[in-house]
Amino acid sequence: MRDAVRGFLEKECPPKVVRDAWTNDTGRSGLWPRLGELGVLGVLAPEEQDGFGGDYLDLVLLLEETGRAALPEPVVEHAAVAVPLLDDEQAEAAAAGDLTITVAPPSGLVPYADCSDLVLVGDQFVEPGTLQLRQHESVDGSRRLFAIAAPPSSINLASLDRAALGVAAQLIGLADRMLAMTVEYAKERRQFGVPIGSFQAVKHYLADVALALEFSRPLVYRAAWSIAHGDEDRSLHVAMAKTRASEAALRAGRVALQVHGAIGYTTEYDLHLWMKRAWALAASWGDAAWHDARVGRAILDSDTFPEEH
Amino acid sequence: MDLTFTEEEEAFRAEARAWLETNVPRPPLPSGDTREGFALHKEWERALFDARWAVVSWPQEYGGRDASLMEWLIFEEEYYRAGGPQRVTQNGIFLLAPTLFELGTEEQRDRILPKMASAEETWCQGWSEPNAGSDLAGITSRAVRDEANGGWRLSGQKTWTTRGAFCDRLFGLFRSDPDAERHHGLTYFLVDLRAEGISVRPVERLDGDEGFAEVFLEDVLVPDHDVLGDVHEGWRVAMATTGSERGLTLRSPGRFMATAARLAELYRRHADDGLLDADPTVRGAVVRAWIDADAYRWQTFWTVTRLMEGGRTGPESSLVKIFWSELDVRLHETALRLLGSRAELVDGDDAAWMKGWQFALSGPIYAGTNEIQRNVVAERVLGLPRR
Repeated sequence: MRDAVRGFLEKECPPKVVRDAWTNDTGRSGLWPRLGELGVLGVLAPEEQDGFGGDYLDLVLLLEETGRAALPEPVVEHAAVAVPLLDDEQAEAAAAGDLTITVAPPSGLVPYADCSDLVLVGDQFVEPGTLQLRQHESVDGSRRLFAIAAPPSSINLASLDRAALGVAAQLIGLADRMLAMTVEYAKERRQFGVPIGSFQAVKHYLADVALALEFSRPLVYRAAWSIAHGDEDRSLHVAMAKTRASEAALRAGRVALQVHGAIGYTTEYDLHLWMKRAWALAASWGDAAWHDARVGRAILDSDTFPEEH
Repeated sequence: MDLTFTEEEEAFRAEARAWLETNVPRPPLPSGDTREGFALHKEWERALFDARWAVVSWPQEYGGRDASLMEWLIFEEEYYRAGGPQRVTQNGIFLLAPTLFELGTEEQRDRILPKMASAEETWCQGWSEPNAGSDLAGITSRAVRDEANGGWRLSGQKTWTTRGAFCDRLFGLFRSDPDAERHHGLTYFLVDLRAEGISVRPVERLDGDEGFAEVFLEDVLVPDHDVLGDVHEGWRVAMATTGSERGLTLRSPGRFMATAARLAELYRRHADDGLLDADPTVRGAVVRAWIDADAYRWQTFWTVTRLMEGGRTGPESSLVKIFWSELDVRLHETALRLLGSRAELVDGDDAAWMKGWQFALSGPIYAGTNEIQRNVVAERVLGLPRR
């Protein structure tokens, strides 16, 4: 399934599609119904709701692919957060891609609110027309953001955990893709008569990105497992996953830009599409520091110190 | 991916925990990198061996329990959770033994492994030389054929040999073909440090222990049955060993999890005593170090899962070596920040942090410096050009 989705996105969501989303009316890819057919949108919906019947590990593996492709769609909000909350009829429509559902994060800045059918605000699904949407521009031009008049006063913890987990998975995919892009560039780009990837300073930058990825990806898988199994420390595990995935993606972007040099600093080159998505997602649903603070409360303040951490 | 332990694994954990709780020495033993501490650690190793906890992953005939990789990890978690002593047998049981299992003869395994596991014979490694550190293939210590005595005559100098002043035997590489260069013409020898022609000079380390040694060899006779693997093929043989040192066999997550737990305790104690005002950012450092230890644990479980499904570790083990060694430094560095002006004390209850920090500082240097490891990652994991 993961390989099928990767293959699909490589073919149908090349950089041109991401780039087009910056300038089209919706900021979206046009691939939503086909993502429904593939089972991505209903990955968590049970088979009797025409879903894929997958678990949270399936979810993060697929979302990692959507990150790798920088797919411009509210797929985390829809597939990770909203679908598990829907009744049978809505879930069927959501799994098929006949509905698009987005979610209001604590910031009150809702991605793709104008072209969604429903917005989850707190514990309520509401129609976007009732929310007095005020458009904002994101540094990631494919991410259409809308402020709502009344941001949710509180966020359901389970929704927050699922959103943060989903975004963490996408960040891993984004980081992996930026690393791959940069390795390829460093192998081809020659200066002083040799590929720049043969210079030790460049090698060490890239090794550090590989290191950050190697030690954040398992935290994402573990958090997925903990949510799937109702582990009592699942929020702690999600926080660890999101903080490390955010840092890995930011580092990957920073190194990718430095190694590419001036060409990476242009908008003609594709790198910025991935880098800006990483900037936006690293800070959404709690940035690294915010999740670090959650971890700190769990391990340093609570009386129930997690013994088997 | 299944992250639950089986009933057998839980039973194994319970058995290990119960034994360790009863038997781990209190108060902790003095450093095993000093002469008197080493002797006490050998007694501890003997007790571990007698209870069949010394080498759980080995076959039963050599004193092990045929434990799976996962059970080995569980044992390590319990060992460090219980505050178990450092393993002075580690160079033998974690570095040499895997090579013996893979490339040794049956005679060598039968003769060497049980004594290694019981600490009756302790082993140190002889890799580095004064002019061959990161560039290990530059070694010049040589081996000359002695047909009359059925062996080889070794001469030269090895250095930075951990616990070399106390150990019984040394394993290392010597140049057996004087005309060959670099990685060729080396042979892997198992050397008796009591043999004629050997002199050992202890070298005091940064932390004050005489844990280092220089080993001088002058026409030392090593019999043929102490050649490991094929003559002139020592590089290939040695790489099997360094692979396991860099990999997960030497640095199980249990050690770092235990350190992270002690760090969190230290933080809580200081918070309760109102001692944190001077350094408001230290809390973040504690949290990040904790997450690092946890990330290391899950990366290890992930790797073990793949290994148990038939995979092998390759150059990815360099990522692991970089991570644990820098993690160990961060854990201790953060503890020293918490201790503030008391961090410099090398006596009293908290002295272990300064001691541990100094030891941690060696991690990014030994077993292949982290600069070399990052090169390995770049070239062999990411595929960047060597030159």
